[in-house]
Amino acid sequence: MVITVITLLFSITVYPTLTAAKPPEKGEVLPFINLPVPKNPEERNYLGLSGSGLFKIPQIKARAVIVELFSMYCPFCQKDAPGVNELYRLIENNPDIRNKIKLIGIGAGNSPYEVEVFKKTYNVPFPLFPDKDFTIHKTCGEVRTPFYMVVKINENGTHQIVYTQLGEYPGAEPFLELVLKASGLK
Amino acid sequence: MINKRLNGITLIIGVLSVLALTPMAFGLSDAYKGNIYQVGTLKPIDSVLKVKVGDRAPDFTLPSVSGEKVSLNQFRGKRNVVLSFVPAAWTPVCSDQWPGYNIAKDIFNQYDAILLGITVDNIPTLFAWTNQMGQLWFPVLSDFWPHGAVAKRYGLLRSNGVSERALFVIDKKGIIRYIDVHDINKRPPLEDLVGALEKLKK
Repeated sequence: MVITVITLLFSITVYPTLTAAKPPEKGEVLPFINLPVPKNPEERNYLGLSGSGLFKIPQIKARAVIVELFSMYCPFCQKDAPGVNELYRLIENNPDIRNKIKLIGIGAGNSPYEVEVFKKTYNVPFPLFPDKDFTIHKTCGEVRTPFYMVVKINENGTHQIVYTQLGEYPGAEPFLELVLKASGLK
Repeated sequence: MINKRLNGITLIIGVLSVLALTPMAFGLSDAYKGNIYQVGTLKPIDSVLKVKVGDRAPDFTLPSVSGEKVSLNQFRGKRNVVLSFVPAAWTPVCSDQWPGYNIAKDIFNQYDAILLGITVDNIPTLFAWTNQMGQLWFPVLSDFWPHGAVAKRYGLLRSNGVSERALFVIDKKGIIRYIDVHDINKRPPLEDLVGALEKLKK
């Protein structure tokens, strides 16, 4: 009987954590996302992480993190890649914000090899993470790609999603304006 | 005793219900907006292969989206050939397969390989669909009429008239060196294909 109850509870409670019913929205906290600490020391340094193992996005040393859910197989992600690289450069070249805003990409359904092909093709300068089995993509409600999220990290360690956008990348400068406004950095 | 068995059955049903309720995942691009027809989860493979590794690849001539006819044997002695059969235009996984190959041209070149994309759709459908993918560097061929004849010759035509999601590597002598008739619901990882191309060198 105990097993029956546990089984039923398991089937009811585990399912929503596997596949969310909808994409993350403004005002919410992030879904469950674990990422591996990059092996590349430059990427580790960029994110302000140390050691190895897994980390969560709010552990990144920043006031705001821009997360792009992309795929090497997605034409719009390919088309927008140079513009997103430009966003990275705008941030890095501005001493007022370079330590406050960080940028990462998560390759929905992409193996490490496929993420590497995307990174190499477009010379992506910021860290990209594979999500081969769509685990993260499922927690994000299987949203279409590219999907952008801006996560505000508060000083007490809490966080909120302050902006989301499906596709329609407006270019680096307008997007940076949106990020600055949404995260309260301007 | 009966109670124990009942618990066992409940456990199995519980686990199965989680698996069954988990929808098929695909990183579908926003490029297609709402124009992708959701096919649901399909029988992984629904045909019986008629060729095997080591066979001479059956020749074919098919019309391409760009207008000219393309024959398999025109590459004999010149290029290795990758055939990528995908089931149908405007469906989830297929729409997210060729755009990936489109940025992997250097990899195909590295192995002196040409890619031929094939579906059983007609040319106007393929034209509209592939236009959403950006400019493709490889020919896209229509196996529409006689319907699915090439897919049928290779043993890839499913019972509902679409082809399997399948990859073939054919060497310069026209011999099949690799076959992956993939679960139709999933995209084959690129590294598996690249691994097969790598073996051509040996």
